[in-house]
Amino acid sequence: MEFEPKILGIACNWCTYTGADLAGTTRVQYPHNVRVARVMCSSRVNPAFIFRAFQLGSDGVLIGGCEPGDCHYSTGNYYARRRLAITKKILEFAGLEPERFRVEWISASDGIKFAEVVKEFTEEIRALGPQTKFKVKKDIET
Amino acid sequence: MSRIGVFVCHCGMNIAKTVRIDDVVEFAGELPGVVVAEGYKFMCSTPGQELIQEKIKECNLDGVIVAACSPLMHEKTFRKVAEGAGLNQYLLTIVNIREQCSWVIEDEDEATSKAKALINGAVYRTHLLAPLESRFIDVNPEAMVVGGGIAGIQAALELAATGKKVYLVEKSPTIGGHMAQFDKTFPTLDCSACILTPKMDAVLQNPNIDLMTSCEVTEVKGFVGNFDVTVKQKARYVDHDKCNGCLSCMEKCPGRGLSEFDEGLDKRKSIYIPFPQAVPQKPVIDRETCIYFKKGKCRVCEQVCEQDAIDFEQEDTYRDITVGAIIAATGYGLMDTTPLVQYGYGKYPGVYNALEVERLFNSTGPTEGKVVMKDGKEPESIAILHCIGSRDTNYHEYCSRVCCMYALKFAHLFKEKTSADVYQLYIDMRCFGKGYEEFYNRLLEENVKFVRGKAARVTDVTVSPDEEGKLIVEVEDTLSSQFMRLPVDMVVLSPAMEAQADAGEVARTFNIGVDKDNFFREKHPKLDPLSTTTDGVFLAGACQGPKDIPDTVAQAIGAAAEALTIVGKEQLELEAATVYVDPYVCCGCQNCVRVCTYSAPSFDVEKNVSEINEALCKGCGLCAASCPTGAIIARHFTNDQFIGEMEGLMEF
Repeated sequence: MEFEPKILGIACNWCTYTGADLAGTTRVQYPHNVRVARVMCSSRVNPAFIFRAFQLGSDGVLIGGCEPGDCHYSTGNYYARRRLAITKKILEFAGLEPERFRVEWISASDGIKFAEVVKEFTEEIRALGPQTKFKVKKDIET
Repeated sequence: MSRIGVFVCHCGMNIAKTVRIDDVVEFAGELPGVVVAEGYKFMCSTPGQELIQEKIKECNLDGVIVAACSPLMHEKTFRKVAEGAGLNQYLLTIVNIREQCSWVIEDEDEATSKAKALINGAVYRTHLLAPLESRFIDVNPEAMVVGGGIAGIQAALELAATGKKVYLVEKSPTIGGHMAQFDKTFPTLDCSACILTPKMDAVLQNPNIDLMTSCEVTEVKGFVGNFDVTVKQKARYVDHDKCNGCLSCMEKCPGRGLSEFDEGLDKRKSIYIPFPQAVPQKPVIDRETCIYFKKGKCRVCEQVCEQDAIDFEQEDTYRDITVGAIIAATGYGLMDTTPLVQYGYGKYPGVYNALEVERLFNSTGPTEGKVVMKDGKEPESIAILHCIGSRDTNYHEYCSRVCCMYALKFAHLFKEKTSADVYQLYIDMRCFGKGYEEFYNRLLEENVKFVRGKAARVTDVTVSPDEEGKLIVEVEDTLSSQFMRLPVDMVVLSPAMEAQADAGEVARTFNIGVDKDNFFREKHPKLDPLSTTTDGVFLAGACQGPKDIPDTVAQAIGAAAEALTIVGKEQLELEAATVYVDPYVCCGCQNCVRVCTYSAPSFDVEKNVSEINEALCKGCGLCAASCPTGAIIARHFTNDQFIGEMEGLMEF
């Protein structure tokens, strides 16, 4: 069977999640592989979440926040930007392909961008194949 | 939570067309802890809501999942449904299987499997949810309106009419704003002063309005329902409590300054009211031009004042005011066209900007309403240049919305007051409002010459004898593809309406956002156009974007209604999904204190731990992710809840 990536999306409530909603209302089609969890702000994303997502078998993690300068909480995405840039470096250091982790700033009015990013990212992950580096086998996990 | 109900909405065919509902319902019913799973055509309809409530009671549910449209659409609706059946509203989870599934995925299998994964995530999450308690705070019933132009005046009057106390703060010595400078208003041509000054007077007479002129807001602290605002009262050097407005000081004052109200076309006294109908009718001293302040001698005003109101020792004072809601109505600025050297503003005396022309038309203006140029002559030919700095990617990409219409108004008034030839140099005529197109058609009959083309240059370099002594406007008429040189006596520029020069600073004071052009950003361009991202701060008028008077007034009334939704209540419900600190885990590093924009965390020196003022917390969760020891717990978005959700999302 062809490999179907499972991708975790984390979207901020005000911009990226709303942008994804807009992609929906305008019926832009994009791959089904990204499963989005909502947070209020991209700054809520604890790097531990990302490691955990990979452990849980996520083949890629996509995080979306407001565009720089547009954060609903005024500066949250700046903190997220730094924190996630470092996270990416750590992931790479730990041996994961850094391409599996992506951060995008997608505004509430940019449904098209959301769809494009999902398309592009899904294809990249598909090309990389399944993520096994961090994945914990279920029966061993507990 | 171990007794979960899952309710899957068909949304007519919106979801059901690609997501196999029965399949999903069956899947959900078998998930751990799910005791009931049901599908229904429209879950948000009354029967759908009743179904959920029935099942909550019948099955004694302690967690509810609604798989339907986006939570941004109906989360509030379903929270109320849950509350109505006696379930804490925070034990409800929405799964978005419409915008995230059926609307973006064509394949039935793919859409169905994604819907299942999302529901699985929600089930994991719901198991870990905890009930949250809504908190309420008392609301200060008073409101503040910042900016005394037509937007601020209207908003203040509306609020005052509901019996609420309003502080109207204006930075200049009078209210009235730009509208007071206009002569006629398009498209009805009614006189601006005739419709504005009664409102200005109404503000003064209204016992519910505290009019604060020559004032500026310097600091806003607090939050919706209870803003602590510091207002600076700039020194006027006239005690307005004593002054009776006789204005004999103004008569005798030997000092002169350029009149801001007349756009510098005329002079005013150094002790002055900006214009004859100014409100309040009490003068201020302009420190820059006052002879006493400059040379240490004069004090003529003091001698003539019978009220003993002149006070050269007066200083700026500060006043603290608490209000429940704030309306920002700080207006716009007119673009300075001097840097656009091709149009010669500031170089050729015959080049005017639109506001200067308004003053020329006005009977209280520098020429008492006569259209004469700086040399005292009446112009024989006039060119009105549209879109100076607007619709121009070098300056402002946006359309300033009012220029086409006031240019038509100018053309009409020029025709009425002079025998000049009038040219309109336009890119497109944008006459969009009620009665606007009709006004345009009327002008087409008034022998005004319309040239479709943006003026390229204004010059005094002549190439033929009939251009001698004239200003030449160079333009390509794009309808006939001809390059034209129009010799005229007077050039009127229609500069862009810009955000106020200090808009960025003001936005920071009120903690609201600005867009790329520095206009204040509304919460949602369509569905929440008067709110800002700071609860309790609303927008009215051109501070939000270029607007004409009808739109401004309508928006001001709307903003007053918005403010009333806060100051009209005794108590407000606060966000329950805030953070708290576990003092046993907190290491006292104060990261949270440093990162928070809202100053919600503070440091208790004695206990050596941080604590959160939950009234200030917006629930973004930044501090929770910044906390190195995990002492900060973000309610409703705890680490466990989020990781649980991920686990569910990734399981299948």
